[in-house]
Amino acid sequence: MADRLGLLLRHALLLGGAAVMLAPFVLMLSISLKPPGEIFAPEFRLLPLQWAAVENYTAAFTKVPLLRFLLNGFIVTFCIFVAQAVTALPMAYALAKLRWRGRDTAFLLVLAALLVPPQVPAIPLYIALWQLDLLNTYAAIILPSTISVFGIFLMRQFFRTVPDDLIAAARMDGLGEFAIVWRIMLPTAAPALAAFGCLSFIWNWNEFFWPYIAVQDEHLMTPPLGIAFFSNAEAGTNWGALMAAATVTTAPLAIAFLLASRAFVRGVTMTGIK
Amino acid sequence: MASVDLIGIGKRFGAVDVLRDVTLRIADGEFLAILGPSGCGKSTLLRILAGLEGADRGEVRLGAERVDRLPPKARNLAMVFQSYALYPYMTVRQNIALPLEMRRLSALQRLPLLGRLLPGTQLRRRAIAEDVAAAAEPLQLTHLLDRRPAQLSGGQRQRVALARAMVRHPAAFLMDEPLSNLDARLRTEARAEIMALRQRLGATMLYVTHDQAEAMAMADRIAVMQGGRVLQLAPPQELYDEPASLEVARFVGSPPMNAIPARIGADGRIEAAGVSLPWRSGAAPGTPVTFGVRAEALVPAAQGLPARVERLERLGAEALLHCALPGSGAALVVRLDTAEAGAHPPGTTLRLMPARAVIFDAEGKRLPATRQQGAVTASSEPAYG
Amino acid sequence: MADRSARHPGARAEAVAAWLLALPALLLMWVMLLGPAVAVLLLSFTDWNLGEPEMGWAGIGNYLQLADDPVFWQSLRNTLIYVGVSVPMTVGLGLGAALLVESVGRGRAFYRAAYFLPVASTLLAMALVWEFMFHPTVGFVTQAFRAIGLPTTDWLQNPDTALLALAVIGIWQNLGLAMVLFVAGLQGIPRDLYEALAMDGADGAWERFRRVTWPMLGPALVFVVAIIAIRSFQVFDTVAVLTEGGPNKATEVLLHTMVQEGFRFLRTAYGAAITVVFLVFTLAITVAQTVLLDRRAHYG
Repeated sequence: MADRLGLLLRHALLLGGAAVMLAPFVLMLSISLKPPGEIFAPEFRLLPLQWAAVENYTAAFTKVPLLRFLLNGFIVTFCIFVAQAVTALPMAYALAKLRWRGRDTAFLLVLAALLVPPQVPAIPLYIALWQLDLLNTYAAIILPSTISVFGIFLMRQFFRTVPDDLIAAARMDGLGEFAIVWRIMLPTAAPALAAFGCLSFIWNWNEFFWPYIAVQDEHLMTPPLGIAFFSNAEAGTNWGALMAAATVTTAPLAIAFLLASRAFVRGVTMTGIK
Repeated sequence: MASVDLIGIGKRFGAVDVLRDVTLRIADGEFLAILGPSGCGKSTLLRILAGLEGADRGEVRLGAERVDRLPPKARNLAMVFQSYALYPYMTVRQNIALPLEMRRLSALQRLPLLGRLLPGTQLRRRAIAEDVAAAAEPLQLTHLLDRRPAQLSGGQRQRVALARAMVRHPAAFLMDEPLSNLDARLRTEARAEIMALRQRLGATMLYVTHDQAEAMAMADRIAVMQGGRVLQLAPPQELYDEPASLEVARFVGSPPMNAIPARIGADGRIEAAGVSLPWRSGAAPGTPVTFGVRAEALVPAAQGLPARVERLERLGAEALLHCALPGSGAALVVRLDTAEAGAHPPGTTLRLMPARAVIFDAEGKRLPATRQQGAVTASSEPAYG
Repeated sequence: MADRSARHPGARAEAVAAWLLALPALLLMWVMLLGPAVAVLLLSFTDWNLGEPEMGWAGIGNYLQLADDPVFWQSLRNTLIYVGVSVPMTVGLGLGAALLVESVGRGRAFYRAAYFLPVASTLLAMALVWEFMFHPTVGFVTQAFRAIGLPTTDWLQNPDTALLALAVIGIWQNLGLAMVLFVAGLQGIPRDLYEALAMDGADGAWERFRRVTWPMLGPALVFVVAIIAIRSFQVFDTVAVLTEGGPNKATEVLLHTMVQEGFRFLRTAYGAAITVVFLVFTLAITVAQTVLLDRRAHYG
């Protein structure tokens, strides 16, 4: 009996917590459906008396190029992930499985780079891109993120768990080192790569700091930048449309997360592997 | 197929001499087992032969060709790993086909999609498919070809590893403890499979194992290794009956050979546990020696070594009497018929007569010895009392 | 090591392949991360402003100027308060949630998804929702305070509450991350330790927590604290979009000051100096983590 009561209590606590965690999402959706008059009604209602979903979402897509923001978001996150994977996988393999002079130094560099927060290189990178006349381009958003030392580290740790015998077998079967990376390591690493892909997607979709610095052109804005721009332009007058835009911006991540929450969570917990 | 020669191989890892001047010559078509405890250097030797590891000294020859400097893929050797090392995301079919693809298709032809369009690819792929089927069939893998390794049992994985090794008809097969991950029943089956494979292919085989029963059952010759050295290289029965040293004697056979502390008596006969045994060795009187007797070579007798029975181990078909010699307290194991064993309950003393024996000097090297007619007598100087 | 690798067959080919495989990543690492990090350090000792033709040596001039700059001190203090509030709350709540989630059989997947969703969502969009949550009349927070009879205010515009309000958003965002990491840590604790404890006569929830869970969670705890601390130090998005450092510098934080100085006022060298301070604090957290882990994590 006491056990059941305890369990009930725990569920009550967890549900209460979940309600708090989810409240902003519910609020966001709710506001995005309401006309201005109802948004500031003293009594909160989940669903509007008078639906304004169409108006709000239409406004979100027409007052700012929201579709363009989303497209930019996909272009940027995709390019960044491909670049990160293409550079990180071979290096991780070389660090984990090959014997070469300089390996230890290279790994130390990776560890050192891991300690540098992404905001630290901002000023010199800005200067360099300005000199190259690349500010306000996709390249300006993408280039600084083309390398992920975290990805290298993660994949190296993963590759170290791949049995040496597998690589020995591949060498005896006639594979060269490059073939081993693409034919043996890449498919073996698929789960780890998927987890890393999820993290890379979260980070780069949500990245605000760098695009905020590097881009002013409305047509190059990524979703977070775009919505900040929208919020500034509306200055808190059109909450319905703003929340509609927020919903649209958050949706790709939230949907991806709900579809692949295992991979997401695995990716996050992998950061804890030593 | 080819002969394999390892000549004067030496290898250090840091401060440890893993291999010290190992020389092994394996004839074309021979099955050689390398037997030794873990850490004796046997796997390193195999990896040096495969080209996965480099030797510090020595030569590796395949047939007439010296291959020390060649990378693994240029040596035409196949290896079955202890872990099987199957590519986990490939089907059985793809696993077996991979070594053929690497050999028979050019880099361009191996490209996904595009490679299929190149002239000749289809033809070669078809030939590969036929060879894969031919390799899978005798190992009863045909119905498993589209599964992945994770969906297979241990025995099936082991057979896939064999198929992948044999599909390209290598100059020699290297096997690194290929059965150690199987349970006892499957191990017997797999042994039979490897033997059948060998019969069919007439292949040269190097088989690394720590299991002496496996080596005894399968090999033409066994090389016993310890501490980076080959202690003895001989056919199984010879190894068992006439071990070259005490180390070999203790490693081969289960239970290991009994080692009884003894010495050469004044009359040249062997004295142990207070009795003089009808064995003679050329060594000078007074020399301490070790008298080695197999458990089944000790028979209860009217005269002989006095032994106190400490414990009886019934193993079904036979029984092991664990005894202690008076004086030195040296442990002694006697293999007896189950029926006979009952006659010697723990606590009693019995006398044992060695039927066959070998004698080692103080360094553990075997001494020539002969059996003599004559009775057991009390030794001139009692070793105990 | 080098001697050995030089000897095995194909060692040269292996080394060449290794360099070729590592080269693109190594180059990018230098160009995008390590090089600029060094450049920031060097820049911080100059007097350069973006666009100026000349660059002069300023020694520690920028740092002296920082020491005299009340905005910088305010910014540093705010950042430390923000970290000091949000780290213990995030870690404590995250641990609590993890223990609760692990103790119930059903609904785990739902709870985990619910708590983790904020981590995966676009913080910037959610910050705008929180702006509404903190609305002085109809916001949920305001209504909740009113409902239990507590005073309310315009949370984000009141200098006394603005920073705390931002910390609440930070806690909300990172809690799920802490929880998921703790769950992984909890699942790494061998079951038989609890069984042994039960055999030894201690099977109450508190005993289990005190004697096994807490000590076994040590390394995970250090790791989570460090991750959350570093993430909290990087607070920027909410400040930039909700308060812009106001009201009256009450929410001015290091990164925001850095962006203002370095990119808005184009005082590049001065911004670089702030970046260096920011980097030093982040490194200090990592060093502390390493030291603590070395001390605590050796349970085997």
